[in-house]
Amino acid sequence: MNNSVIEVTDVSKSFGGVVANRNISLTVPDGEITGLIGPNGSGKTTLFNSIVGYHPIDQGSIKFEGQEISDLNVQQIARLGLLRTFQQTRIYGKMDCVKNMLISVPHRKAKWSDMFTDYSAEDLEKAEHLLDFVGLYSKRKLLSGDLSFGQQKLLEFAMALMNEPKVLLLDEPTAGINPTLINGLIDRLLRANADFGITLLVIEHNMRVIMNLARHMYCLAHGELLASGAPEEIQNDQRVIDAYLGAH
Amino acid sequence: MISGRIKALLYLVILAAGIWAPFEYPAYTFQIALLWLMIVFALTWDILGGQMGYNSLGNIFFFGAGMYVCSVAQIGLYYDVAEYTAHFGAVKVDFTMGQYFTGLFVGLGLAALVSVVAAVIFGWIVFGLRGPYFAIGTLGVAIAAGELIGAWDYVGGGGGITLPSFPGDPEDRSNLFYFLNFALAIVTFLFVRWLYSTRFGLALNAIRDDEQKAEGMGIHTKRYKTIAWSIAAFFLGISGGIFGNMTGFIEPLEVAFPTVTFGIFMVLMVLLGGKGTLWGPVIGAVVFHVIKELTWTYLLGWQWVALGALIIIIVVYFQQGIVGWMMEQWPSMFGIVVEDKSEQAKEEAA
Repeated sequence: MNNSVIEVTDVSKSFGGVVANRNISLTVPDGEITGLIGPNGSGKTTLFNSIVGYHPIDQGSIKFEGQEISDLNVQQIARLGLLRTFQQTRIYGKMDCVKNMLISVPHRKAKWSDMFTDYSAEDLEKAEHLLDFVGLYSKRKLLSGDLSFGQQKLLEFAMALMNEPKVLLLDEPTAGINPTLINGLIDRLLRANADFGITLLVIEHNMRVIMNLARHMYCLAHGELLASGAPEEIQNDQRVIDAYLGAH
Repeated sequence: MISGRIKALLYLVILAAGIWAPFEYPAYTFQIALLWLMIVFALTWDILGGQMGYNSLGNIFFFGAGMYVCSVAQIGLYYDVAEYTAHFGAVKVDFTMGQYFTGLFVGLGLAALVSVVAAVIFGWIVFGLRGPYFAIGTLGVAIAAGELIGAWDYVGGGGGITLPSFPGDPEDRSNLFYFLNFALAIVTFLFVRWLYSTRFGLALNAIRDDEQKAEGMGIHTKRYKTIAWSIAAFFLGISGGIFGNMTGFIEPLEVAFPTVTFGIFMVLMVLLGGKGTLWGPVIGAVVFHVIKELTWTYLLGWQWVALGALIIIIVVYFQQGIVGWMMEQWPSMFGIVVEDKSEQAKEEAA
């Protein structure tokens, strides 16, 4: 594939004797939504961590827009425009929502002198616009630590958008969210992809969600790539069904 | 929110009181000067400890480093330092007014500069540490510095240095150092107040709340941490230079690197006043200084016991500090918005 924005080639990662990822290769096409599924413990989050530089990989290559990134650290990768959200929400709990947003401006543009400047009116406007986009405008002055878990997840998503990433890796965006809010979230993820042009790679357990989102899917099991293809193919793949039911 | 006019009035009152105090109470000039120094200690400790969440026990290092750099520069400009220190103050060197002030201000400038450079170098090493390891690592730096200076004969070793005496009236001398401390406290306060209003302040808070997240969002965390420590070092270096001259005699363990007195007071004052707030360190320093002076006067012999009891009370029962407690009681006064539960219920019903 020529227009792939992330290319993972033959990546392995073990922790002690536990092989979390074995010879995994996958590509994420530019401008699309790609799904990553697999039973618990199949190595999805490890692969995410490898891509964004949380730990070094044992072998293989990870390329972002053609550039090798497996030897860069987290901050450098984030500044290239490759960002991830966490399974457990991570926000700045003792700051209000607007401040959470303002500190999330893209730091790849930051100059030394910018450290000591105030935020521009555009930054503030953009922060409030994005808070409105995720439905948190009325809560913008509250300390983010006082928000509910679901609201914190929405805030974290808005912070990621504020950072203007090219690619966003989402680790179980709907986990722990009230089922009635899930449709709204799917809609927002699709709009982030369509309106803001952000490529998404999504880990998700909820099949209904991932079927509605992804054009292409990868399935991991026991640290290895089990299957890949269009959502319908994956859904009907006997190996995938076996893996989820524990026959593997 | 407290209105701008009341704030301006408050600043004016503090400024006027600071200028008026040494003339009204000349016997207490040293004590009040010490109070301004305590405020500088608390404000600079809070940059890392409160705003950034890095509890340093070694900030006193910069105070001692500044003190020694300033003293050596003052002497070295006009005299051979090794010869001066070898005689343990027995050499009587009379500085002219011009020499004295040139030496003092060159010394203070160098003190600030060297402290900043030291902060950048040590920051490189200690910022790899987190949580309690950072606290112990920084404490190690301060203790080691005291021991090293004590073994270094060029700067007088454990015997210390007697500073050049002020060529003038003793009352002018005490006023001079009073106003240097006063000015430093005011400048430090205004500087951090400005600093916390820029995106630097937000970045520090982000590092405090979740450093891994901040890294994941691409914030230059190492850069922010190093600069924050350098800012603390800058003001502490100057304060050390002033304090050395104010006491007139410096030595490594009790005066320059007193980890168990000034080094712990810094932390205690901030905890007492409320960490991570602008006024907390100031209020904490004032309350602490008053308590300390009272116990030293009326409970002499038991003063360390009283201080220990105070530490336990703060840590166990009063972690949020004075300003933190006020924020809980009257959040709207501090611009904090708390969700109205009844309104929320209405929203959900609708």
